[in-house]
Amino acid sequence: MPEETILETRDLVKEFAGFVAVNGVSLRVARGSIHALIGPNGAGKTTVFNLLTRFLPATRGAILFKGDDVTHARPAEVARRGIVRSFQMSAVFPALTALENVRVALQRPLGTSFHFWRSERTLDALEARAVELLAAVGLEADRDTVAVELPYGRKRALELATTLALDPELLLLDEPTQGMGHEDVGRVVALIRRVAAGRTVLLVEHNLSVVQDLARRVTVLARGAVLAEGSYDEVSRDPAVLEAYIGATP
Amino acid sequence: MSGRALRAWAWAAMVLVGLAAPYLVYPVFAMNVLCLALFASAFNLLLGYAGLLSFGHAAFLGSAAYVTGITLRTWGLPTELGVLAGTAVATLLGLVFGALAIRRSGIYFAMITLGFAQLVYFLVVQLPWTGGEDGLQGIPRGKALGVLALDGPITTYYFVYAAFLAGFWLIQRAIHSPFGHVLRAIRENEPRALSLGYDVARYKLLAFVLSAALSGLAGSLKAVVLQFASLSDVHWHRSGEVVLMTLLGGMGTVLGPSVGALLVVTLENYLADVGSWVTVITGAVFVACVLAFRRGIVGEVRALVRRSFIGGKP
Ligand SMILES: Nc1ncnc2c1ncn2[C@@H]1O[C@H](COP(=O)(O)OP(=O)(O)O)[C@@H](O)[C@H]1O
Ligand SMILES: [Mg+2]
Repeated sequence: MPEETILETRDLVKEFAGFVAVNGVSLRVARGSIHALIGPNGAGKTTVFNLLTRFLPATRGAILFKGDDVTHARPAEVARRGIVRSFQMSAVFPALTALENVRVALQRPLGTSFHFWRSERTLDALEARAVELLAAVGLEADRDTVAVELPYGRKRALELATTLALDPELLLLDEPTQGMGHEDVGRVVALIRRVAAGRTVLLVEHNLSVVQDLARRVTVLARGAVLAEGSYDEVSRDPAVLEAYIGATP
Repeated sequence: MSGRALRAWAWAAMVLVGLAAPYLVYPVFAMNVLCLALFASAFNLLLGYAGLLSFGHAAFLGSAAYVTGITLRTWGLPTELGVLAGTAVATLLGLVFGALAIRRSGIYFAMITLGFAQLVYFLVVQLPWTGGEDGLQGIPRGKALGVLALDGPITTYYFVYAAFLAGFWLIQRAIHSPFGHVLRAIRENEPRALSLGYDVARYKLLAFVLSAALSGLAGSLKAVVLQFASLSDVHWHRSGEVVLMTLLGGMGTVLGPSVGALLVVTLENYLADVGSWVTVITGAVFVACVLAFRRGIVGEVRALVRRSFIGGKP
């Protein structure tokens, strides 16, 4: 039985003032899988994420999510349809507490986000769910800590909790283990595996053992184009990949 | 003490001082302070909570003052209708300017708002019913609700004070509303708010329109209080002054802008004798305060209170 495709890109191209950062990328991400996007620095991975979430307009090509063309959707709309990203640099709301960070994400479905005449106490109803999400990433003790004061690994966990608050169908994670110590990496891998249950994850990751651990399918990007695709074992034996990617990193 | 308790105290202090004020200082002085305090608080909603620096807020204050002046003088409407008309025009202006400026940020946003404000200034100078260089003189205060004649300074004061409290309450409510929380998230990390599905431009636009509307209310009240509307209300000096008042008092604090307004109006009043030195002295005070109190006067006090009572971080 062929797998259902949740996300498809057709010949996606992004040019920056003549420089081609993404060059004809066609991807198919199967629903329910963890799909990794790897490649050397500057290969265009983050740019692909920016195109998928419409943070940047594509120069050419099409993006289909669940069969719908979202190539020209607004970024907030893409998020509301169920594609939610994390950022390469951790993205929290620094002056808000951990609880408030998660609550902001939970708040939108209430439909009162433009209600400037309503008391903030109406948000108290979201607290239980926010605490639950914090607990899911091991942050229950930090609920009242201002995000800027959390250590790096916890910031990333908070970011993940905030993302999960939207219950996205497709999670885009940009180097979730970057800058982490060995122990934190293990925790994040376990966390990703846990949250991937029932959803699809597209993962950009430099740490190849993490990729090997998590990803069912791997797409290798080099200089903006797809170099190879397959299981981790397949692509890691591909001579072109060895040369462009593994050969390039010591 | 929690944030909510602290706010309740601030409110109580403010209401009491406001009630007693016309018996402690000249009512017209107190009313002038109220108008500019409301103006600065409305500005602070935009700068302190949405992170947007407008350099054209005089357009809203001034246009509302003129509209109120014209409706009261030529049509003899009840005072509150004149005030509402001024506020409504400022709100519309805010919607139009905001829609065109809101997608820009930082210095570009400031420059576009300044440009629009200059346009309003030009119109006010040129249009036939604004009195040109002389401004609108002799605006009648009229009757509030059609019955309460605002001829005495004390009656007028309480009318203005009631309107101020309503406006001030709305600003505080907006800051501490579901909308206010989204606004703060956008200020903290705009791309992240966007990635959570918030159309950030719409939230900023609403903040801009609210700020313009309440600046308009301040301008309308000012026209009622001083019984004139003048070019100085639409001049870019006003747009600069409100930035100064907000930063002096403490941007992003409840009482800061009002304290800043009180300080600036007091300085201008007591230094009126020394003529053009006012500007220089206000400037010097501003520089000194910004150097000494980075968070503004109220911002520093708040940090101190939090350190000593809550033991938390500022
Ligand atoms: N906004 C931009 N403007 C110009 N060039 C960019 C922009 N964003 C990325 N690039 C360029 O596109 C290429 C791919 O970048 P990126 O997608 O960040 O790579 P990766 O995430 O794979 O390391 C790089 O050469 C980068 O300099
Ligand atoms: Mg990258």
